[in-house]
Amino acid sequence: MLAIETKNLSKEFNGLKAVDGISFNVNKGEIFGLLGPNGAGKTTTIKMLATLLDPTRGEAKVWGFDIKKQKNEVRNSIGIVFQEPALDNRLTGRENLDFHARLYSLDEEIRKKRIEEVLEIVELKDKADVIVENYSGGMQRRLEIARGLMHYPKVLFLDEPTLGLDTQTRHRIWDYILSLNKKEQTTIILTTHYMEEVDYLCQRIAIIDFGKIVALDTPSNLKNILGGDVISIETTLAEKAFLAFQKLSWVKKITQHDGMIDLNCEHGEEKIPLLMEIDQKEAGFEIKSINLRKPTLEDVFLHFTGRTIREIEASQIEKNKRRI
Amino acid sequence: MKSNDLQTIYVMWLREMKRFLRSKSQLIGTLVIPFFFLFTMGFGFSSGFTLPNSIPNMNYLDFLVPGIIGLTMLYSSISAGISVLWDKEFGFMKEIMVAPVSRIAIILGRIAGGVTTTLIQCILILIISIFMGLNVVSFWGIILSIIFMTLIGIGFIGLGVVIASIIEDTQGFSLIMYFVIAPIVLLSGVFFPVSNFPCWLRVLAYLDPLTYGVDGLRSSLIGFTQFPMSLSLGILAVFGIIMVLLSSYLFNKVKV
Repeated sequence: MLAIETKNLSKEFNGLKAVDGISFNVNKGEIFGLLGPNGAGKTTTIKMLATLLDPTRGEAKVWGFDIKKQKNEVRNSIGIVFQEPALDNRLTGRENLDFHARLYSLDEEIRKKRIEEVLEIVELKDKADVIVENYSGGMQRRLEIARGLMHYPKVLFLDEPTLGLDTQTRHRIWDYILSLNKKEQTTIILTTHYMEEVDYLCQRIAIIDFGKIVALDTPSNLKNILGGDVISIETTLAEKAFLAFQKLSWVKKITQHDGMIDLNCEHGEEKIPLLMEIDQKEAGFEIKSINLRKPTLEDVFLHFTGRTIREIEASQIEKNKRRI
Repeated sequence: MKSNDLQTIYVMWLREMKRFLRSKSQLIGTLVIPFFFLFTMGFGFSSGFTLPNSIPNMNYLDFLVPGIIGLTMLYSSISAGISVLWDKEFGFMKEIMVAPVSRIAIILGRIAGGVTTTLIQCILILIISIFMGLNVVSFWGIILSIIFMTLIGIGFIGLGVVIASIIEDTQGFSLIMYFVIAPIVLLSGVFFPVSNFPCWLRVLAYLDPLTYGVDGLRSSLIGFTQFPMSLSLGILAVFGIIMVLLSSYLFNKVKV
């Protein structure tokens, strides 16, 4: 049995396709990542799998249960940490956990034991009896993760678990996630738009753009698709440089973005001197900088969507500004 | 009903209690506002206000107290129901919605919590009023009035949840509170007997569930009544059931 199976899952809001026919499977015990920019449909997908939204089309099973017909069984098998806080601010941390445990019908003995256990995992023991209003953002997130674990869920959904957190807290949460996956064999599905996060945590990832899965594989396989290293070159005249580099026989692929030119090739370090041999005066441009790197998920994302996540988000901010 | 449902009702009730006891402003507000009404209305109006001749041997305080209790029940109940909105706003709604529990148990738990806090408030008003000289018919009358209060509470908390489920955000909140609460109160005969109303207004009053709540409270506390008590009880019970079912239905559809 698979932890999650989706077939052609779709959701439309007033005719707008938020999720457009996605199909993927998640194995038991896996950490699976949904990677994509804001608005790509990650949260909508999670909400459908968590029974909070009914799909417009398609079907999905979570832990073998149908998300439309067996809502209660699905709800019993999953834990979820939402993107925005979902805590009762007027209760203490412990009371929030207690409320949750009672809703999931844990009996008293297990409840008390489990509260201590999860508090231990997220290192909130000494703050357990403080009212949540007085928690920092990172503490609230940790408490939410603790709460998601309370009822021994088979599948844990984490929707942008480290959004807006500082680096230190982020790394700590990553470690919790890994140890959780190991100790309790929890299957974890997380959404994120941080490349490092999926690289560090996920065994497999699906890249989502405009509601569709554009690629799905292990991070290393995805990087291999790109074929070798990436040389990024900044020039004074990108258009002219593009034409010049295009002629080079060893270049496997050439792309232009953010005013930079990326060349894919093997053994990039040996190609840099060759680049310098191009007669720049004749070609009509000057090389300002050269950067060599082994492919990252950011490159993979660029390869499949034609944009970097940063570009997408910058243009979104622009759009929002204009709207205001 | 499964034991799981009882547990859900209990935990929702427990949460309401903790929140109520912890919020000083809510605690003080719920206790002070009705007294403010009672004192100003009771002493202010009584001198210049005469009840119709059909009501002998009654002072205005006797007439007013059941109304004030009804009013307080109404206001606090709708507020308690509408507090669903704040859960939506602060995201806690999602935590409740993904839990493997029945929606009707969630609503009943909320209602149980809301009824408890409003009952505390109204019983307090009743006790103080007795010290102020309210002529209560009998001990059993008081028990009966508590049953009426509970029914008013169930119905109007349900109505609050219905309103909260329909309106999308907190922007329209105060407007709706005003436009819903004001007519319900003014038509219910809290301040004047419904029999004083002109005929066309009386029809509207008869459509207002609170009219039967206030009348039931008057008949059980001071023995003054316009409708048979069984009619008032029946109408309030039906109103309560409809509101519970409707609110559970709409609550399940709320987008989180």
